[in-house]
Amino acid sequence: MGKVLMKGNEAIGEAAIRAGCLNYFAYPITPQSEVAEYLSRRLPEVGGVFLQGESEVAVSYMIFGAAACGERVFTTSSSPGISLMSEGISYIAAAQCPAVFVNIMRGGPGLGGILPSQADYFQATKGGGHGDYRLLVMAPAGVQEAVEMVMRAFPLAEEYRNPVIILGDGLIGQMMEPVEFPDHLSSKPSNKDEWATNGMATRKSGRPNIVRTLILDPNTLNEHNLHLKEKYERMKRDEVRYEPYNLEADYRGLIVSYGTMSRVCRSAIDALKEQGVEVGMVRPQTLFPFPEKAIEEAASKESCEVVVSIEMSMGQMVEDVERSVRGRRPVEWYGTCGGDVPTPEEIMEAMKSFMSSESPHLVHSSTG
Amino acid sequence: MQTEVMFAGFGGQGILLSAKILAHAALEQGLDVAWVPSYGPEMRGGTAYCMVVMSDLPIGSPVIRNPLHLVAMNLPSLEKFAPTVKPGGVILVNSSLIPHGSGRGDVRELLVPVNEIAIKLGSVKSANIVALSAFVSRSKVVDYDTLIRCIQEEFAQKKDLISLNLKAAEEGRKLTYLCSL
Repeated sequence: MGKVLMKGNEAIGEAAIRAGCLNYFAYPITPQSEVAEYLSRRLPEVGGVFLQGESEVAVSYMIFGAAACGERVFTTSSSPGISLMSEGISYIAAAQCPAVFVNIMRGGPGLGGILPSQADYFQATKGGGHGDYRLLVMAPAGVQEAVEMVMRAFPLAEEYRNPVIILGDGLIGQMMEPVEFPDHLSSKPSNKDEWATNGMATRKSGRPNIVRTLILDPNTLNEHNLHLKEKYERMKRDEVRYEPYNLEADYRGLIVSYGTMSRVCRSAIDALKEQGVEVGMVRPQTLFPFPEKAIEEAASKESCEVVVSIEMSMGQMVEDVERSVRGRRPVEWYGTCGGDVPTPEEIMEAMKSFMSSESPHLVHSSTG
Repeated sequence: MQTEVMFAGFGGQGILLSAKILAHAALEQGLDVAWVPSYGPEMRGGTAYCMVVMSDLPIGSPVIRNPLHLVAMNLPSLEKFAPTVKPGGVILVNSSLIPHGSGRGDVRELLVPVNEIAIKLGSVKSANIVALSAFVSRSKVVDYDTLIRCIQEEFAQKKDLISLNLKAAEEGRKLTYLCSL
């Protein structure tokens, strides 16, 4: 199959089917409703289940139920919807069930707006729901990468028995780009007989599997959380993904940016290069685990004067950038958070001003 | 080399569709392409616009403030986007609905009464294809033959519309040829 022109939202739906997921439960919300529209047509064709829940809270527990039974299952939503699902996500993480969530972010807080935003960084990487859990967070910068990440998300969710979330923005969902679908999903044999409540008939162990999240004994709960932590540490070791850009140059400024925003930065870096100004970029493809070492190394290059986190939020990822840079260089933030995506020209101007400043950058700058 | 085309008009004029056909033609010619619609809260009859970015290199920012070309299907679109077009670009003005030109001296302007032409062919709905064809013939952003193939493919499921739209494309091309004489 060659390249086809496809809207991000539709491509995400198709990628899930090709990953062997035949269960999609969701509640519509702009800017990602086309996923539901597409799957309401496609899933019946392939013998799958499309179900519109009565609310996002209900959807999250439908996901929990299907996942606990060992079914591949996923949902998509946008910021306020993910807030409603967060309770269920915490339960799913606690019960160690695999499931895939997609958040096509819109501006917040509250109902906010429907234009591109990256304001759910904290929600995805630091919690959202309650308790000591983490999600594996992937951030595509285009439709092709969204497809690849969706297809990778299912085996990862199963390997770690943990929810995976894909964090896109309205532009990734609404834009059409050429896509090529990988033919088959290669994944290891499922481990679900060890944990899924899929009936005793085929179970080799003869031991019933029980899915639960209430653990009242303090020692047992502590053990449970230590086990979860061990998984998150394993993710940090094995699952970090990022893309370096122009890091071979002697750059004076280093950008850290992801998703749609990183593409604008790439254009800005190319244009700056033509003017003889070198800027490098680390583009995190996973936001948890975060490419801490790559950023620390890139920031430590002798030519590098300043590190700038460029994001469509009021400055969320910048905290992880600061943590990664570990004080080796000044760290700045640049961004917008109303839905207007900054232009390459605005990024160029911002980078120039950060690099020309002689005083140490101790205070975060902001733009309108 | 990167080319950007802004299609703009009001809802119902087939803005998104003509942009999609152009994006498809660019893909057929081996270019990287991004089709970026406006999806803000618009009311019925309000403005609809869509940017097509095409490039022989991977596209960086899909968000473009200053496109190279503009296809303006109604007056508010021309007023809003004509000042943003880069010098040297093509501005197609739907003269059926827009009483004047862009006022830009540094662009190649094409005034085409696409609604009247489409109505003569049998349906005003094909006005977007008249405009698309006239624009492509003038700007040459993709090969005309590739465009025709993509129009046929787009309407493959609606066979009764193929001949209408092919006629619309032919009228657009002929008119552009006459204009440039």
